[in-house]
Amino acid sequence: MADKVLMKGNEAIAEAAIKAGCRHYFGYPITPQTEIAAYMAKRMPKIGGVFLQAESEISAINMVYGVAGTGMRVMTSSSSPGVSLKQEGISYIAGADLPALIVNVQRGGPGLGGIQPSQSDYFQATKGGGHGDYHLIVLAPASVQEMADMTILSFELAEKYRVPAMLLADGTMGQMMEPVELPEVDYKPTEKDWTVTGTQMKRKHNIVNSLYLLPEELEKTNIERFERYKAIEENEARYESFMMEDAEYCVVAFGIASRVSKNAVIAARNMGIKVGMIRPITLWPFPKKPLAEAAEKVKGFLSVELSMGQMIEDVKLATECKKPVELCNRVGGMIPTPEQVLEAIKKMAGGEK
Amino acid sequence: MTTNTLIAGFGGQGVLFAGKFMAYKGMLEGKEISWLPSYGPEMRGGTANCSVILSDEPIGSPIVSNPDVLIAMNLPSLDKYEDLVVPGGMIFVDSTLIERKVERTDVKVFYIPTTKLAQEIGAPTLANMIMMGKFIKESGAVTHDDMEAALSKVVSAKRADMFEINLKAIDTGYNY
Repeated sequence: MADKVLMKGNEAIAEAAIKAGCRHYFGYPITPQTEIAAYMAKRMPKIGGVFLQAESEISAINMVYGVAGTGMRVMTSSSSPGVSLKQEGISYIAGADLPALIVNVQRGGPGLGGIQPSQSDYFQATKGGGHGDYHLIVLAPASVQEMADMTILSFELAEKYRVPAMLLADGTMGQMMEPVELPEVDYKPTEKDWTVTGTQMKRKHNIVNSLYLLPEELEKTNIERFERYKAIEENEARYESFMMEDAEYCVVAFGIASRVSKNAVIAARNMGIKVGMIRPITLWPFPKKPLAEAAEKVKGFLSVELSMGQMIEDVKLATECKKPVELCNRVGGMIPTPEQVLEAIKKMAGGEK
Repeated sequence: MTTNTLIAGFGGQGVLFAGKFMAYKGMLEGKEISWLPSYGPEMRGGTANCSVILSDEPIGSPIVSNPDVLIAMNLPSLDKYEDLVVPGGMIFVDSTLIERKVERTDVKVFYIPTTKLAQEIGAPTLANMIMMGKFIKESGAVTHDDMEAALSKVVSAKRADMFEINLKAIDTGYNY
């Protein structure tokens, strides 16, 4: 195993992508994810890869679309306003059933918003984002180690299901440094039967396209795609369960909010409040099953988010509103403190025990 | 043990660099660590700070809102963060640049004229590392062993000529 190194979350994403065999990066700078592009600019030319700063986010995502059609591992990264610009291209990539990685290191919005951390692109990431019926596989890292590990996993899942993946981080995750062990990835590009890489006059040519003018055909592609989504929902939902064994209350939080919440859960436990946490690791597919199971046991849920309350809707759906779901949040680049989350837990539990 | 440290000063004083050194020192000792910089539309001469957590336990929130240790390298930082230090905590003050005294009476305070000392040892940019020497001695958050190993992680090969003077700066603070 490799030694641990100290890296920013953004740098860990970039290095992990290279380890995973990604040799094509297209992007456009925006705070707080620019270190990804800077890292790629330095490393890619040395290893025979391509770093290209496009003239806009829209160009960058369409370059990703192009490379994805060849079956090679490819990525782009941006932050909230830039990811909005990419949505048309992302919808095309989803419609053409191509694997690719899109990283969103979120900042406060809407509009140009601010540059401090946020989780307010949850809806955009998990409900499609662009036009049409589609999903991305969405992973939410909560440490620098996970920034690296989930970058690799994103490429693998995207390829396995031919569905674009999104790594949904935030400014804190991108900027913070923690020790990280970069795994060696045994990646060998495999022959795929759908790529557009030249036929050598030996086979019928493939077409990568998202245009289907015959409605019967378009309906068929949509239904087929949703069968894959069903398989993803069945097989790929990931979460971390923390102190849930005897919990009477359940905090639900991902990314930086889960880090803050963990402190609060421990503090509440020290006061005798039986609280635990379910941390969604995949936001789509959303880990519905553990939440539905928790709804049979606990008295209430607390959704902790850096948004006005977006994931809370999925918590309510997953638990079928069997128990009350409260919200604890800060927005606009502000981050809840462990004390704020602790107060919300205490309130939910009816005061100290 | 967990030590939540906030290092704050002007941009250009090496606040983030000192934090990285501290983080590497902790990491090489097998501690859990996190380092989180303030980031924003900042510039040379503006303010900069970073949160460094050194712990024997896995770290939850990487954000330090109530530090056990505050290292104030300029007056605005002391003004802003003095009240946030936990009772019984420590405040390290660059007494060359900060003329006032700490008002809190429930914390341990160390006044070190790091900017002046840095000039005296011929390394005017290393007040930060002099402060690191004093921090290591007084906080007990990391040991004084093998400074070279941690330093070699943060002083790049290109700046190898700065290695010895960094060590000297740390010693100067440690022995002050």
